[in-house]
Amino acid sequence: MTKQHANWSPYDNNGGTCVAIAGSDYCVIAADTRMSTGYSILSRDYSKIHKLADKAVLSSSGFQADVKALQKVLKSRHLVYQHQHNKQMSCPAMAQLLSNTLYFKRFFPYYAFNVLGGLDEEGKGCVFTYDAVGSYEKVGYSAQGSGSTLIMPFLDNQLKSPSPLLLPAQDAITPLSEPEAVDLVKTVFASATERDIYTGDKLEIMILKADGIRTEVMELRKD
Amino acid sequence: MFRNQYDTDVTTWSPTGRLFQVEYAMEAVKQGSAAIGLRSRSHVVLASVNKAQSELSSHQRKIFKVDDHIGVAIAGLTADGRVLSRYMRSESINHSFTYESPLPVGRLVVRLADKAQQVCTQRSWKRPYGVGLLVGGLDESGAHLYYNCPSGNYFEYQAFAIGSRSQAAKTYLERRFESFNESSREDLIKDAILAIRETLQGETLKSSLCTVSVLGVDEPFHFLDQESIQKVIDTFEKVPEEEEDGGEAEAEAAAAPTEQGGAGDQDVAPMEM
Repeated sequence: MTKQHANWSPYDNNGGTCVAIAGSDYCVIAADTRMSTGYSILSRDYSKIHKLADKAVLSSSGFQADVKALQKVLKSRHLVYQHQHNKQMSCPAMAQLLSNTLYFKRFFPYYAFNVLGGLDEEGKGCVFTYDAVGSYEKVGYSAQGSGSTLIMPFLDNQLKSPSPLLLPAQDAITPLSEPEAVDLVKTVFASATERDIYTGDKLEIMILKADGIRTEVMELRKD
Repeated sequence: MFRNQYDTDVTTWSPTGRLFQVEYAMEAVKQGSAAIGLRSRSHVVLASVNKAQSELSSHQRKIFKVDDHIGVAIAGLTADGRVLSRYMRSESINHSFTYESPLPVGRLVVRLADKAQQVCTQRSWKRPYGVGLLVGGLDESGAHLYYNCPSGNYFEYQAFAIGSRSQAAKTYLERRFESFNESSREDLIKDAILAIRETLQGETLKSSLCTVSVLGVDEPFHFLDQESIQKVIDTFEKVPEEEEDGGEAEAEAAAAPTEQGGAGDQDVAPMEM
């Protein structure tokens, strides 16, 4: 007696790649703008980056309908926080909230692979990386999505982030300057676009600093 | 209002068709310190008098942001007001979540009146909220100002004042309200502060005594800082310690409002004389 299986899935993967790198006083969050389903392209210009608070920006790949729902929930919760505390949420606070929100749906998860980037309470860049059910870690850099397996090893090579297992705990922040980090991001995406069919079209980069957010757009291969 | 045998329960009618508990709740509103609201075609200003329990304590917050496009000023039991503000914020956030658009003010006041206020007048185990709310907001149909009663009634106003000595402010507003629709933002703020001054009954008007908030087209709800308020006060009060005579104040002094009860002074002379 073989197990009965559903003839439909509540999930779909819309592809795409997200990357974030933390610097000493900045944070770079980048994602491609291609949205696909199966072997088809749904959009060449869909943003996967969403500003949650002044100092916290979320980038998610996976099932974009779940990503949209997740963004809406976080936005509402942030409004409640602002009413209660009379200030915006810090990035570490938002990181915990995101984790809790994801685990809340532990038994019907948000199919979202998240990277949260921003500035911590001291003004230093911070990046948090997640799995679909909310397990998270503060890191110096991260990549999620269809091109993550192509990008992560290269970032490991370039950014030499110390192991979180080391004692005493070492800072995960990269010593790279902001222009260098942006350049690195453009390089990794250009490479990932070559071999990952789900990554391409355009690259959207958000650079978060104490004085505000800057956005850059770069063209990627469209095939 | 006198005690009688029909006022114990909120769910008991009097033979004359009144619910006394609800009316007593409306009395509580009159005891709170004054709150004022005015609107023009594009802006809404909410102002309140800062009353502190004692010199040692801070003053109660009477104006709350509900959303970028809606603010509320309360008078009466401020604790009740805080709870209702939280309800309104929740409604606004839920509406934005579901419809991806800001909650129209008229819808908010209806929900507040029906779900929060009226219900408490029809349950024997509840009591009416002892707070009156001036809800000011901006939506697709323009700027609005509503007053929500503890009874669950609500009315739309061009300008209104609630709380103690609000009659003085209302008299001032009644004289001027016809011009409010076309008022500029600055004139609207000035009128709000002048209306607040009416409720102070001779006490010198200082920026520390009042809280003023503004919202409008392209201007999300926010509080004015003390400096800005003081600047407006300075335009019509030359020097606070001397006689209250300024360009604008002349017009007001000429038609000084009658005070509600009390000494019934007609002049606008300062207390220091």
